[in-house]
Amino acid sequence: MSLHLWIIPLLPLTGAAINGLLGKRFPKAVVNAIALGSTAAAFLYAVWVAVQFFGLPADQIPHIEHYATWMTAGNFSAEFGIYLDQLSLVMLLIVSGVGFVIHIYSVGYMEHEGGYYRFFAYLNIFMFFMLTLILANNYLLMFVGWEGVGLASYLLIGFWFLKDSAANAGKKAFITNRVGDFGFLIALFLLIKHFGSLQYDSVFKAISAYPIEASAGLLTAIGLLMLLGATGKSAQIPLYVWLPDAMEGPTPVSALIHAATMVTAGVYMVARSNAVFNRAPIALMTVAVIGTLTAIFAASIGILQTDIKKVLAYSTISQLGYMFMGCGVAAYGAGIFHLMTHAFFKALLFLSAGAIIHGLGGEQDMRHMGGLRKYMPKTFWCMTIATFTISGFPPLAAFFSKDEILWKTWASGNHILWLIGLIAAGMTSFYMFRLWFMTFFGEYRGEISADAGHGHDSHDAHGEHGHAGPHESPMIMIVPLMILAALSFVGGWVGVPAALGGSDHFDHFLNPVFAQYAPPMDSYIHLPNTAEVAEQQSAEHEERGMEFLMMGISVAAATIGFLGAWYLYYKRTDLPARMAAAAGGLYRLVLDKYRIDELYGAAIIRPIVLISTNVLWKGIDATLIDGAVDESAAGAKDISDGLRHMQSGNIRSYAGWVAFGAAVVIVFMVWKGVR
Amino acid sequence: MVPLSYYLVLSAILFACGVAGFLIKRNIITIFMSIELMLNAVNLTFVAFAAELHALSGHVFVFFVMVVAAAEAAVGLAIIISVFRTRETLNVDRVNLLKL
Repeated sequence: MSLHLWIIPLLPLTGAAINGLLGKRFPKAVVNAIALGSTAAAFLYAVWVAVQFFGLPADQIPHIEHYATWMTAGNFSAEFGIYLDQLSLVMLLIVSGVGFVIHIYSVGYMEHEGGYYRFFAYLNIFMFFMLTLILANNYLLMFVGWEGVGLASYLLIGFWFLKDSAANAGKKAFITNRVGDFGFLIALFLLIKHFGSLQYDSVFKAISAYPIEASAGLLTAIGLLMLLGATGKSAQIPLYVWLPDAMEGPTPVSALIHAATMVTAGVYMVARSNAVFNRAPIALMTVAVIGTLTAIFAASIGILQTDIKKVLAYSTISQLGYMFMGCGVAAYGAGIFHLMTHAFFKALLFLSAGAIIHGLGGEQDMRHMGGLRKYMPKTFWCMTIATFTISGFPPLAAFFSKDEILWKTWASGNHILWLIGLIAAGMTSFYMFRLWFMTFFGEYRGEISADAGHGHDSHDAHGEHGHAGPHESPMIMIVPLMILAALSFVGGWVGVPAALGGSDHFDHFLNPVFAQYAPPMDSYIHLPNTAEVAEQQSAEHEERGMEFLMMGISVAAATIGFLGAWYLYYKRTDLPARMAAAAGGLYRLVLDKYRIDELYGAAIIRPIVLISTNVLWKGIDATLIDGAVDESAAGAKDISDGLRHMQSGNIRSYAGWVAFGAAVVIVFMVWKGVR
Repeated sequence: MVPLSYYLVLSAILFACGVAGFLIKRNIITIFMSIELMLNAVNLTFVAFAAELHALSGHVFVFFVMVVAAAEAAVGLAIIISVFRTRETLNVDRVNLLKL
């Protein structure tokens, strides 16, 4: 039975094509109808597919559809096909669902912006590539989506391309991703070389025959290269630098692409390639370490940021780090679970921030906010749910997902990683409540002026309507907030762990994906022998107690973060400045984001620019290549200058040449004859 | 019987006269006549060899050369008349508009 899954990505592509090619002449209502209609149709179709999927017998999962051969080269061939299993189904619903909600929001947010049709065409094309990425049945098609979302990201970061900073941020995102894509591509080449295919099913089946690599080998190399690709797309150390700058894009873009969906592509790819990572413990450990370090590193930067979107950007990087941490301890289900709840609450956070920015006429600096609770109560309540969720308070969504990751990390024996993750969770709580207190409590610190304009983050005044102080956003922006708030509230309930009386339904649902190509258990996890089986019962009980303890500890960390933020940014608002003065150099170092951008600039970018300018450009291009062309042209001209004097126009000189030539021929023939 | 070499030497002398006239003279008519002289020198070689070798093809070839020479004379004289009408001269050194 075919589910005709190709329809799903093609719907937004159609929308993008119509809006992109013809949208300039359409009124806004038509652009809206096409963009939202195609996305809504894709979402509804995805829901229908989900219903069908639950009706499929277990042996038909994964459900693979083949449409056409894309290319054939020798023994290698790639095809257009779709691979639907529990993992891609979850991703499909997240991307199409959250994507649709953000489309609705954008109608309100982008109302006063130029290039309206262009914005929605880009959003739709992003949806197309993202759906291609998650639905592809081979790595090459996934790579097409992978590059395509990078393109859409570039176009949307640089949406206000007249602003230098936006254009540069777009370039930075694209070029940083190139570095990661390089790793991903090499990994694909290795797969082709050793397995002759990029189809998921055949590659994973071939890998299943491999043992676990005790030391670095082929699978470790593939895993590490894939991880390099994932660090680019998912903004992990060392390639995270582009994501904070990507906040130059319109806020709905930050919500959709740079928080909820695209940046999770790396996590998806790692989870999808679990067959590789399970057999490459070194690569897997690297995933966990990079994820954990990113989680705490980005969280520490987020603490001092004053731009509301930058705080959320570093928060995104930090949360992505948690997902990698989960995947890195082979708890892929936990990673994907957090991916899902993160898509809800981070989209909500960004959209709420967008509503605040919209309501303040483009102000993004939290130091100029405050007291907004009175002016925008609906936004305040949505933001409150999101803040409590991300900080990890039960029974909100992220409590379950983040806690599962931390618990699985502890249970896998990586206690140091767990501790770092826990500290990062406390920091998360602190910077989120700092944001919450700074924006919604205290007194309003911005100016209330009539000429504030309505430029959003573009800062170009439109003056559509006079702007007198903060105001609540229109309903078309509030409704998406409410939908996402509801999801952020209940979204975690599908994965309530057994320790809390739930059944961990989400993990069990995803489990077949990760069990199918898992290496035989006894080869890397010590299986209990007969003597231990007896102990297992009591051990399980003990473990449950441990899990409870862990939950208590992480809630305590979140509470400490909350209290800290409450004390510093609500009770004693004079303290932070004094503490900053006391910390001195350290404060400035963190405020400057550890000067990583400067470090990259000095260590990598400057040498490359210097080499490119002096050797490649002035040396090789201008001197060698241009020189060769110029010199050969000049030589030809000189020779011709000499030869053209033979063309005298004098008949007798021509005749002389003819006679001379004839004489030469005769002499030659006679000489030949004599020999 | 006159030996073959006499004919060939005569032919060579005539041909050399033709070449020299072609290269030295400035008058286009004289140059034209020099060309005819060269053609006839060649004709003489043809018939000499034909008689010596009793081959009919040499005789036939002479007729071909004569036909070509006649056609060339017709066209060439027409060109010369045309050149004289436009440039009022028959000096080839002054008919040099084609030079670079």
